[in-house]
Amino acid sequence: MDLSVQVLDRDGWSVVLVGGEIDITTAPMLRERLIQLLGEGKSRLVIDLGGVGFLDSTGLGVLVGAARRARTAGGDVVLSGLADHMLKVFAITGLDQAFVIAGTIDEAVAGG
Amino acid sequence: VAEAGSGGGQAPSQVVELEIPARSDYLDLARMVVATAASLEPSFADDRIADLRLAVSEACTNAIEAHAHLGHPDTTDRIVIRCDLAEDRIEVEVVDKGGGFDPGDLDSLPAVEDPARLDYERGLGIGLMRTLTDETEFSTSAEGTKVRLVVYHTSAAHRP
Repeated sequence: MDLSVQVLDRDGWSVVLVGGEIDITTAPMLRERLIQLLGEGKSRLVIDLGGVGFLDSTGLGVLVGAARRARTAGGDVVLSGLADHMLKVFAITGLDQAFVIAGTIDEAVAGG
Repeated sequence: VAEAGSGGGQAPSQVVELEIPARSDYLDLARMVVATAASLEPSFADDRIADLRLAVSEACTNAIEAHAHLGHPDTTDRIVIRCDLAEDRIEVEVVDKGGGFDPGDLDSLPAVEDPARLDYERGLGIGLMRTLTDETEFSTSAEGTKVRLVVYHTSAAHRP
């Protein structure tokens, strides 16, 4: 199973484009990449999930961990590109209240 | 590796059974088989298939982790995923032999508005299973755990 992670710098944000399926197999790779970015001082992250076809609770945990670390470092994590079912999962878990969720990358960057 | 077949049961119920090694690289196969089986029934909305796909994946993840905790990374242990496709519902059982756990023992998470909520990176899976399906049942024994997940075609009309 594949997961792709691509990072672009845009208007003071690091935009993380994620593609593939995020579960217990691939979540550690995403976690490491996000921790690496935060370690480089990039604490303002837009994580775009537009290319993600599946996200489970392990993936949610990675996003939660990244948001906590980013906020501790004075930054934040903004999410974009969530499919309808993913939005439902965020609502069910209450995590829609814990994250800023933007429709698109443009909105995420403009909102920050 | 995957064994799918139909058998048993009274018409119009159909059973699809899949046995996978208790390893995470088989998770996407389990998801695919369950979602494909569900999509065979045209009255099943895509949204409900997505609910079931995620719930089954969470159950399989717990089963795989239970086996991993036994300390056999190269395990030949198996997990059985049984989908019973009935007229009004799909019932999925995920059966492992990884020793039992008590879902009642799980810590409850802080309220969503509590900043401490972000301290919890785990523990979301059971809640997701319970919310995404119409019925969730955990049976544990010394041998392992059986999770039964039921999703009705039209959720609101059948929800108990």
